[in-house]
Amino acid sequence: MAAEPLIKVENLVKHFVVRLGAFGERGATVYAVDDVSFDIFAGETLSLVGESGCGKSTTGFTLLNLQKATSGKVIFQGENIVSLDEKRMRPYRRELQIVFQDPYSTLNPRMTIGEVVGEPILFHKLATKAELPECVSRLLADVGLPARFAQRYPHELSGGQRQRVAIARALACQPKFIVCDEAISALDVSVQAQIINLLLDLQEKYGLTYLFIAHDLAVVRHISTRVGVMYLGRMAELATREQLFSNPLHPYTRALLSAVPEADPELEKTRQRQILTGDVPSPLAPPAGCRFHTRCPIAMDKCKAVVPEWREVVPGHHVSCHAVGMETAG
Amino acid sequence: MTAPADNKPLLDVRGLTIEIDTRRGPAVIVDGINLTVGKGETLGVVGESGCGKSLTMLSLVRLLPNKIRVKGGTAEFAGRDLLKMSKSELRQVRGGKIGFVFQDPMTSLNPVMRIGDQLCEPLIYHRKMNKADARVRAIELLRLVGIPGPEQRIEAYPHELSGGMRQRVMIAIGLACDPELLIADEPTTALDVTIQAQIVDLVKDLRKKLNMSVVWITHDLALIAGLVDRVAVLYAGTVVEDAPVNELFARPTHPYTRGLLASIPKLSDERASRLSSIGGTPPEPGRRPKGCPFAPRCGLAESVCHERVPVLEPVAGSGGHRVACFVAQRQMMEAA
Ligand SMILES: Nc1ncnc2c1ncn2[C@@H]1O[C@H](COP(=O)(O)OP(=O)(O)OP(=O)(O)O)[C@@H](O)[C@H]1O
Ligand SMILES: Nc1ncnc2c1ncn2[C@@H]1O[C@H](COP(=O)(O)OP(=O)(O)OP(=O)(O)O)[C@@H](O)[C@H]1O
Ligand code: SF4
Ligand SMILES: [Mg+2]
Ligand SMILES: [Mg+2]
Repeated sequence: MAAEPLIKVENLVKHFVVRLGAFGERGATVYAVDDVSFDIFAGETLSLVGESGCGKSTTGFTLLNLQKATSGKVIFQGENIVSLDEKRMRPYRRELQIVFQDPYSTLNPRMTIGEVVGEPILFHKLATKAELPECVSRLLADVGLPARFAQRYPHELSGGQRQRVAIARALACQPKFIVCDEAISALDVSVQAQIINLLLDLQEKYGLTYLFIAHDLAVVRHISTRVGVMYLGRMAELATREQLFSNPLHPYTRALLSAVPEADPELEKTRQRQILTGDVPSPLAPPAGCRFHTRCPIAMDKCKAVVPEWREVVPGHHVSCHAVGMETAG
Repeated sequence: MTAPADNKPLLDVRGLTIEIDTRRGPAVIVDGINLTVGKGETLGVVGESGCGKSLTMLSLVRLLPNKIRVKGGTAEFAGRDLLKMSKSELRQVRGGKIGFVFQDPMTSLNPVMRIGDQLCEPLIYHRKMNKADARVRAIELLRLVGIPGPEQRIEAYPHELSGGMRQRVMIAIGLACDPELLIADEPTTALDVTIQAQIVDLVKDLRKKLNMSVVWITHDLALIAGLVDRVAVLYAGTVVEDAPVNELFARPTHPYTRGLLASIPKLSDERASRLSSIGGTPPEPGRRPKGCPFAPRCGLAESVCHERVPVLEPVAGSGGHRVACFVAQRQMMEAA
């Protein structure tokens, strides 16, 4: 993996200004993504995990310039794409796709499924009008939906069926890179398996690259090349799948891994979860120093004041925690 | 409303049939489902995407979309048939005695209304709270579902929240009025394991405190393993297996249930190998085969499976475990 990265994310920041109070008289800032840097290599699956609200979706949106970054860079094919306006962004749009977390709000309710999936194909001239029905049927079949669904409207589908339409639409553009934001979370396990297999096949065949946002760690472990763990707008740890699951370094990652349920009622009743104490801090007022210090079982004085540096402790294994490596270093 | 006799289930759904108008005439989506939920009991409902889970639950609170209607059956809640209640009676129950968590937060939350107001609405309507009390309770509910900074977040609009936060707002609305029955449709799909665990603990807690009954629709078999008492497995609009949760995991009997359990990736899985999945797709409403709905995809199917529809029958040697499969039933007979 010494190759040049496909996408380079440098010090990406996204803050939202929100209005509070009954009349919106007070302003406040949501520190959704705060100084995040990482590389995405061609042909890999980089997963992003972390607590709800920690900034995964926002990272995905800003990365693709669907939301304007507050600051920072995203380098794709030598260009900092987050500085581009929509017109100059257009040539990159086909290659960079996203499957949204909430497909219902992003599928046009007045378009049939056939139009939803076919639109990008025509727009990017990837097939002629005559070839289109065939293309659409094949894409629908790939995600396990019958061709007849082309005539239906989004509201006539079940939750999992809509999610698969969103996947088919992203695949329709024959992209290089796809952000999959909880793209399979509403699917039952058998259909999930089918979609995961499809994604892996496409990756093998066309060298597709995925940023895979998910909360199911078993799925993440199954499909990832590398895994990034976010906490409250910052990256806590990033490592290869093997490193992360066999040797998690950040105290937050450790807590996260201990919380995974198993499909076994007996085990479930007796399992020891490492419950994190303390409330999740609000991204409207994140703690100073290490953002995890309010809940960290091994926090020290330093953690309250100093932001831990994002460093590579072992080749390929990045972490931001003051405690990591202390025993060996001192 | 009369209290149910102690041995009577709180929710008793019998022969529920749901139909849809298609271009080729009416088609059956949900085909004579029976479900019961006792007082304080938690029922898990699992099944393939599109098998009719959401429509079944929506029909109970009479929120079916256009062109889709209940064709037959009854759904008694505390002794009263929900399907026959008047509109005004229903309004008293919905959101009050029955809490509902919808699958799609973006379509059920009002996009131009602050989430605090959406949380206060049922409290003011059902609980007759004044605005100030409702607001205090709303903040508490947000805290219970683990939303940080609830005092500020109460003023957020839905689009200002993350996907998982929206989902938790839905859960908070569902729980707002201390319901006797909570119907939750895939309530935790967007939540990470720590918060999932917190929500599961919260529901367990309320179940104990209020003796609340729960119907929990999910595809996440691992999640419900430690939460539910019984599981009903749906396939193409019918219940194909129904068992106490331990039984189901120890002895999955229907070929579809077995396929589901085999498709779960394990955390201990090492390589990015292919996952096993059940081949083929489920039949669409109106195009269901004449025999067992699973037969076209079933590795064990015999000629009888293509001819006749199997009905739920007890699995020998275990209490309360039933399966609708000719082959499984025959194998049990032979083993006995
Ligand atoms: N408004 C509608 N018009 C036509 N068909 C519909 C409509 N709503 C749902 N259906 C169909 O009815 C079937 C059952 O849908 P339902 O939403 O109950 O599925 P589900 O079991 O909840 O699936 P999922 O797990 O994907 O949410 C599906 O095949 C779906 O395509
Ligand atoms: N448009 C917006 N306006 C204001 N705040 C926002 C907006 N979008 C997101 N946020 C806030 O930014 C933070 C990060 O949200 P994001 O959606 O990226 O989280 P996430 O990690 O994807 O969470 P989930 O797992 O729940 O989907 C949250 O606190 C959220 O409320
Ligand atoms: S830097 Fe300190 S508070 Fe943060 S994770 Fe490490 S030990 Fe815990
Ligand atoms: Mg998200
Ligand atoms: Mg559904």
